[in-house]
Amino acid sequence: MLRLETEQLGIRIAGIEICLNLDLRIDAGESWGVLGRNGAGKTTLLHTLAGLRRPELGTVKLEGNPLTSLTRRRIARHIGVLPQEHQDAFPASVMETVLIGRHPYLGPLQWEGAPDFAAARDALRAVGLECMETRGVATLSGGERRRLGIATLLAQDPGLLLLDEPTNHMDVHHQIHVLDLLRQRASAGQKSMLLVLHDPNLALRYCDHFLLLFGEGVTLQGTAAQVLTQPNLERLYGHPLQALQGPRGTVWLPR
Amino acid sequence: MRPPVLFTSLLLLSGISILFSMANGSMDIGWVELLSAIHGNGEEFATRVILDLRWPRTAAAYVTGALLALAGGLMQVLLRNPLADPYVLGISGGAAVATLLTLLLGIGGIWLQGAAFIGALLSMLLVFGLSHGHGSWSISRLLLTGVVVAAGWGAAIGFLLALSPERDLRGMLFWLMGDLSYATTPVESLAVLLAGLLVAVASGRSLNLLAHGELVAATLGVTIQPLRRLIYIMASLLTAAAVTMGGSIGFVGLIVPHMLRLQGVRDHRVLLPAAALLGGCLLVIADTLARTLLAPRQLPVGTLTALIGVPVFLYLLYHSRERYGRDG
Repeated sequence: MLRLETEQLGIRIAGIEICLNLDLRIDAGESWGVLGRNGAGKTTLLHTLAGLRRPELGTVKLEGNPLTSLTRRRIARHIGVLPQEHQDAFPASVMETVLIGRHPYLGPLQWEGAPDFAAARDALRAVGLECMETRGVATLSGGERRRLGIATLLAQDPGLLLLDEPTNHMDVHHQIHVLDLLRQRASAGQKSMLLVLHDPNLALRYCDHFLLLFGEGVTLQGTAAQVLTQPNLERLYGHPLQALQGPRGTVWLPR
Repeated sequence: MRPPVLFTSLLLLSGISILFSMANGSMDIGWVELLSAIHGNGEEFATRVILDLRWPRTAAAYVTGALLALAGGLMQVLLRNPLADPYVLGISGGAAVATLLTLLLGIGGIWLQGAAFIGALLSMLLVFGLSHGHGSWSISRLLLTGVVVAAGWGAAIGFLLALSPERDLRGMLFWLMGDLSYATTPVESLAVLLAGLLVAVASGRSLNLLAHGELVAATLGVTIQPLRRLIYIMASLLTAAAVTMGGSIGFVGLIVPHMLRLQGVRDHRVLLPAAALLGGCLLVIADTLARTLLAPRQLPVGTLTALIGVPVFLYLLYHSRERYGRDG
């Protein structure tokens, strides 16, 4: 089943071309990795796919409907976004922060009920924050705050998850734990994911499709075998790489 | 504090502060007389003092305090800035300039309040229009426009004060420091307050999301721009109504929402109505003290709100376990 597609998508920001004539099809159950240098436009692309900004050219369609024809509330039931950074201007508890994920399912005057609390507790348990419900968000470490962001996304339970550097601030164990969790949830619910990652090895481990942003509007998409070649990756990062054979297949090291 | 407990205590506090205000003044009226006056079988003169003088002023103080605290809470979440207060965007400056002009021209009475309201609305439209500009409407742009417009009004106020004859200066300074002496039974302002409470409660959950950043709010289904416009207009109207009744009364709008936040009240559906109640109580108590501390002389209530509010707030902040923002 097709979830999100772009038709002839063109994105330009501050005079920089991010992609041009991009036709992307994200089907149910697929996991996409977006790779590119700093400033290549990964976050801008992600925001465009979520309908948070309008593309300069082309359209983004959610299950066949252009995003521009849908309300934010409707979109929020299908597309969830993990932002690159979290902004907490006012004190809030961990529980309150997870509960905001239930917003798209509640009526204007409706309060969170037992099912919402259950979803929130389940999400907190999944990321290992279940004993921190009443903690203030400002007292969390960077990695814990990041896991809380993932928990909010799990409580929102959308069909397509757009994750902007989900492993930011996380130690190795939690990186793997969280990505395992996301993949397991995705495959259990036929959900799709699109992950912006800086580590080609993590991308290789968790994604089955890749979109490479080379800058100046040049993009390349395909499976690992098709696009994750040494010349492509070296061109992508502008840095020589060394391929090694590890127990789980190829790993890339910077030379 | 759980919402039912919180609201029960705030309603109790409201009742107590209103009775306290009605019982105290330059004329000594006992509690017994007060209660019989309210029941309509009290002594004629005391009844007149209570119903015609003290009740309108007490009601005005309560509604003004509620308006300011609610406006402050809304401005803080709108601007995502804990330092925001109802006056940060220059609403009171516009009202002050219009009021001082009418005082300078020697027109008084009802015109004073009309001028304050029109000045506040003009300032609101000015800031709103200018902050739209040619580009997109961002919060920093709104804040910067408002703060600069407020500075402009500040200069205009200084200019008008310098031009004014000595005999008008006292009235003008009282207005600028906040003064409820001319307040009447607040029927229109009460309507604005109720509208504000309705908007606050109905958009409360969206405001909770907005506090986590626009990006998060948008991805969770909040339509940002219409919500921000609604909150901006509502907060401005609340401020305009408050300024019209009592001049620029400081600190209530800034500290009351934070007092509640420090008590762990963070859900805007609870925080905003609770702030309105607490703001009302605080201003009623401050106004009673302003009337009675140096009776028969009256003090501008704005100085009293600061004298009470600042130490109370600092005490709460000092003893608080809450941390504002991430700074370490």
